[in-house]
Amino acid sequence: MNAPAERILTREHGLELLGQMLRIRCFEDRCYRLYGEGKIRGFLHLYNGEEAVAVGALKALRPCDAIVSTYREHGHALVRGISMEKVMAELFGKHTGCSRGRGGSMHLFDASKRFYGGNAIVAGGLPIAVGLALAQKLARPGELTACFFGDGAVAEGEFHESLNLASLWRLPVLFLCENNLYAMGTALERAQAQTDITVQARAYRIEAAAVDGMDVLAVEEAVGAAAERIRKDAGPALLEMRTYRFRAHSMFDPQLYRDKAEIEAWRKKGPIITLTTRLKTLGLMSEEDYQRLEREAQAQVEAAVRFAESSPWEPVSELERFVYAGAS
Amino acid sequence: MPAPPEPAAPLAYREAVREAVREALKADPRVFLMGEDVGRYGGSYAVSKGLLEEFGPQRIRDTPLCESAFVGAGIGAALGGLRPIVEIMTVNFSLLALDQIVNNAATLSHMSGGQLSVPLVIRLATGAGRQLAAQHSHSLEGWYAHIPGLRIAVPSTLDDARFMLAAALASPDPVLLFEHLYLYNMEGELTAGLERVDLDHAAIRRPGGDLTLITYGWSLYKCLAAAETLSREGIEAEVLDLRTLRPLDDAAILASVRRTHRALIVDEGWRSGSLSAEVSARIMEQAFYDLDAPVARVCTMEVPVPYAKHLEEAALPSPERILAAARTLLSPGASG
Repeated sequence: MNAPAERILTREHGLELLGQMLRIRCFEDRCYRLYGEGKIRGFLHLYNGEEAVAVGALKALRPCDAIVSTYREHGHALVRGISMEKVMAELFGKHTGCSRGRGGSMHLFDASKRFYGGNAIVAGGLPIAVGLALAQKLARPGELTACFFGDGAVAEGEFHESLNLASLWRLPVLFLCENNLYAMGTALERAQAQTDITVQARAYRIEAAAVDGMDVLAVEEAVGAAAERIRKDAGPALLEMRTYRFRAHSMFDPQLYRDKAEIEAWRKKGPIITLTTRLKTLGLMSEEDYQRLEREAQAQVEAAVRFAESSPWEPVSELERFVYAGAS
Repeated sequence: MPAPPEPAAPLAYREAVREAVREALKADPRVFLMGEDVGRYGGSYAVSKGLLEEFGPQRIRDTPLCESAFVGAGIGAALGGLRPIVEIMTVNFSLLALDQIVNNAATLSHMSGGQLSVPLVIRLATGAGRQLAAQHSHSLEGWYAHIPGLRIAVPSTLDDARFMLAAALASPDPVLLFEHLYLYNMEGELTAGLERVDLDHAAIRRPGGDLTLITYGWSLYKCLAAAETLSREGIEAEVLDLRTLRPLDDAAILASVRRTHRALIVDEGWRSGSLSAEVSARIMEQAFYDLDAPVARVCTMEVPVPYAKHLEEAALPSPERILAAARTLLSPGASG
């Protein structure tokens, strides 16, 4: 599966993908510390370990495509092109945040990037993706909506309703399941009678495939191929990205439900290590290149923190603004 | 020679809604109707009968039974630039779409810092009175009126049935239109010359100076009947049709109560934690010293609405219960 991708892998492309994954990793490592310092509050769900999915998928999509995401969406937002400053400011709750500080970590929005959130109800974004795709099919053929969700969503009724409707109406939806094996603390096999999510999708006559979600090139290739079919009015598709989160579900999670050994085993397959090794083995990247990418990412993160720190709070007088679009 | 004007034909409430939907579909190519059995079946209450033949399946869109998915799809389509009218067969089934209505439609504008808006109209049949028992007799519009970000409107007259939809579609916000199932067969004539209505103001359906009956939906007609009886006794009740439950037209409520000094709220919702409680509180907060008697309420009894006719009638507001409450409100002992 990975062989064709390796054949076309260039130094420039490889460094771009790795750089994007490092941006997310550095950003979130910093968020973890900022949470400890009390700069970021509320819920904070880190994507650590799953970066290949966001980077591979979004690099394979077009700016005209709509994106619907989950509450673990920092990576999606950053790769989509929402500035790191605006995302960090949102996490700080500042006026300059991408949602003016109203949404926080779980509700990043950018209408200009066609990034429709940041949905904190598991599976709640799927019906919205179906509707966005309906509008695209009727008014703007060739566009699609990519909808990220986790394995936990598969147990929800909205998953099944949405897959059925999208298939029935042949809508351009790309369902991207980030299967990290745990719905918070409940392992997939303790939640699903059928743990192969592609089988569930095929029950709705949706073309589905499992993808190594730790391999950014595999993700990019699978998403690109699925998107191409969808744009030709082939109906929806589902890709099950088999991945793993290295950190806890949220900042309140003591991780009593899984072994440290399991985490360590997955870390060895981490998306950044995997791509780094491949690029070095192919002679496309040096250790100096890697160090430079990491330094650049760190510099961006520190600039984002300075921006967020120095940004103002939204005036309380604006609290009631935008409850109604018609009244603003 | 121009033909003489034709006498206005009587129009049923359902036909008025159908005309509103038809007009919206003709006026704006972005508008479409979506819901369970709206197409081939013609609508559970025959509102959309004939529209599939006229507008085709892209714009009169039958959905599977999946309230959450098709309401959420309405939200997504609205975000994507369309103007969906989503019909939820009854408010009872809207409980299966609460996540989409409350967590998404109501929040997206504010939570995105004003970047998004959800110009979605949801039409729902509501109410009891047809012996449909507890799971098909809810009046939950007051519940929805609790939610910031939603606009809640209740077309209770033919004019509103005919023109409220256009006002709802013109709003950039999600609007829920509650159509009382008992009113679909109601016939009458539209007000000559009327072309539009607003979504902001309550309306006095009968003027009077002795007390104010504040109501909406099917209860409007129970109040008008009670007012008729009171009038024969020399008591003139003002009947105020709220029309919109969110936002509430405080100015109209307070102006009427300040004239009549007595308020009776009639609501098919349950009493506890209800819209009637909210209206009552607003009167207390803003017009307490204008009152000659405590605000009174007639609501549905606090039971799941039963099937048997005599029990259902006993549970719902009735002209008799309204009369009794009004007489108590007007009795000398009622004022402090």
